[in-house]
Amino acid sequence: MTGLAILLPIALFMGLTGLGAFFWALKRGQFEDLEGAANRILIDDEGDRR
Amino acid sequence: MNALVPIADEALSETVLVVPGMHCAGCMAKVERGLEAMPEVAHARVNLSARQVCITHHRATGVPDLIAALDAIGFASQPRGEEIAPPSAVKPLLGPLAVAGFACMNVMLMSVGIWSGAEGTTRELFHWLSALIGVPAIAYAGRPFFTSAWGALRRWRTNMDVPISIGVVLATSLSLYETATGGRHAWFDGTLMLLLFLLAGRALDAAMRDRARAGVDALLRQAAPGATVIGADGTVAWLPARDLVPGLMMRVAAGERLAADGEILNGQSALDQSILTGESEPISVRTGDFVNAGTLNLDAPIDVRVTAAGHDTSLAEIARLMEASGQVRSAYVRIADRASRLYAPAVHTLALVSFIGWMIAGAGFYDSAVIAIAVLIITCPCAIGLAVPVAQVVACSALMRAGIMVKDGSALERLARVDRALIDKTGSLTLGRPTPDPATVAALSVEEASIALALASHSRHPLARALAKALADYHVVPAALENVVERPGYGMTASWRGSAVALRKPEAARSSAVALDVGERPVRLITFADALRPDYSGAIGMLEALDVECSILSGDNARAVAEAARATGLTAQASASPLDKRDAIERLQHAGRTVLMVGDGLNDGPALAAADASIAPGTASDVSRQAADIVFLSDSLLALPRAVVMARRTMRIVRENFALSIGYNVLAVPLAVFGYLTPLLAAIAMSTSSLVVIGNSLRLARSAK
Repeated sequence: MTGLAILLPIALFMGLTGLGAFFWALKRGQFEDLEGAANRILIDDEGDRR
Repeated sequence: MNALVPIADEALSETVLVVPGMHCAGCMAKVERGLEAMPEVAHARVNLSARQVCITHHRATGVPDLIAALDAIGFASQPRGEEIAPPSAVKPLLGPLAVAGFACMNVMLMSVGIWSGAEGTTRELFHWLSALIGVPAIAYAGRPFFTSAWGALRRWRTNMDVPISIGVVLATSLSLYETATGGRHAWFDGTLMLLLFLLAGRALDAAMRDRARAGVDALLRQAAPGATVIGADGTVAWLPARDLVPGLMMRVAAGERLAADGEILNGQSALDQSILTGESEPISVRTGDFVNAGTLNLDAPIDVRVTAAGHDTSLAEIARLMEASGQVRSAYVRIADRASRLYAPAVHTLALVSFIGWMIAGAGFYDSAVIAIAVLIITCPCAIGLAVPVAQVVACSALMRAGIMVKDGSALERLARVDRALIDKTGSLTLGRPTPDPATVAALSVEEASIALALASHSRHPLARALAKALADYHVVPAALENVVERPGYGMTASWRGSAVALRKPEAARSSAVALDVGERPVRLITFADALRPDYSGAIGMLEALDVECSILSGDNARAVAEAARATGLTAQASASPLDKRDAIERLQHAGRTVLMVGDGLNDGPALAAADASIAPGTASDVSRQAADIVFLSDSLLALPRAVVMARRTMRIVRENFALSIGYNVLAVPLAVFGYLTPLLAAIAMSTSSLVVIGNSLRLARSAK
């Protein structure tokens, strides 16, 4: 039973963190341009940019 | 970011430009870097899905400077119009989907504990925790269904969301009661899983609609109609079409489309009316003639006094005709709704019958209610909710990769039933743009070809552009010319190695042609024709093989149509007005045929709206692209049979999906009716049938190739 008392809060906390992260990302516009995000990886960085 | 002079924050402002020409990572990099290289620009961020770039720049910099900068690196752009900002259909579903997913996983963890034998206080603790997570999650994630069901019930109607909402609410209340009284079973896991799968189906459906609409909107934004207006004091300004009023004078350059009806004040030219009437032969106009909005000015600039604009033009008349023509499509009931109309009453009756049956058998009110709700949950249209959208999304993304954009899922359902196709000639069966006769182009010497290309590339005249494109395709290298001059209404003149050369209007030619003069050499006449689309015979053959009977329905004159009919071997109707086209379709529909219309012109708009399904090429007019269900981007006509084949295959998969998901439910229903169904069995049946449906639908992705 003590195991449960520790594991349940941990599981819930981790789940809620994930949910919170998703809503944060949704609010910050991370899902606005999925096509662009997929293509951005292909842009070659030039010397003058980090 | 990389501005040379740091710009103070308060001096910055933000501008959003629409750049329809961006397609890939290379374009994104060019646009962003090109803009950020300007000292006035602090930051530029491309949104590729919306084909837009958001620019943070110095307040003193005007929008024209930014457009000019983009133009210099080869991208046409324009400020974002206020009216074009359709709300996304997916976004409001993402939140509920995430909550349902989170809650489903956590509640399922507790349920696994209960299924593996948790007893007494542990089980009660797990139930209470499940309720704590489940009830708020169900209230939030179920909102899209509850609001839709309530909206339908308020008007004394019913839809697919009504049985879902009833099932969810009943199951949640029963589970809460069970939890409070320390009962054995709670259904929070099953309810949440149901919501999760249904929301996933909805979100997929919405994502498909968003994506296709974004593609079509990007096409629409490319041609913002408007005109260059000359003021009384000689000032020149560009006005969008909606701001044009009668009395204004607009100057229409060669190669531009008229934005309003009017009377020619000055100049003479030839006009291409094909988009308006289907007529492929240009008509010549002079001072005093009336001209229609939508026609293309071919030869020389003309000054036109606007006589009607906006709602009074010939275009608006066609739009009104279209509005009156859409009944067939709005009356169409989607297959999912048809299925739920049969399914929901059957399920509710079954639940009621098992409740009454157990009451009669003397099981008591509580036990009978538990069994009835178990029946409701197991038969809830979970996999059925996925059966249609998943198959359609997979099919639509496969078609989109092939350059065929489907606007929504119901288009595929309607296209699958088509058994008769009417194809417009100008622009649909043909390319809709003049192409130089390949034989005459091949007959040009290397020198002549290179001079022709150099001259043609300096002009915006449609024939010159077509010639330049054709010659560039033959890998001709342009010659070095001097003193290149364009004379409106005549053509291009220049000098080449000391001798005069010209690409000009021929003195006498029946059809469209250009003459090429090189010094004293004999004049070369290059004729132009509106060529049939590549693969037309293959495409028509495939359609016939699919039992779709094809014929031509054109507004062009009988001679031109007869020529196309001979080449394709199809029967044809010529000189059809927009109303004739619509009537022809309605006649076929009354005769019991399901009609596909393929058209591009404004004159095809009412027919596209009236047909059971409609397809337009990407080069079509705005009106047609909006009216059509499907837009194909390639030149090849093979897009037509490909879309029909895919639509039929999709419907076969959808029917298989229905059979699979109902089959699973039929297996589980007897267990539920006789009271042997536990939450574990319900969860297994639900997720297995959903996975099988998804797996079956994914077969479509491979079959598109």
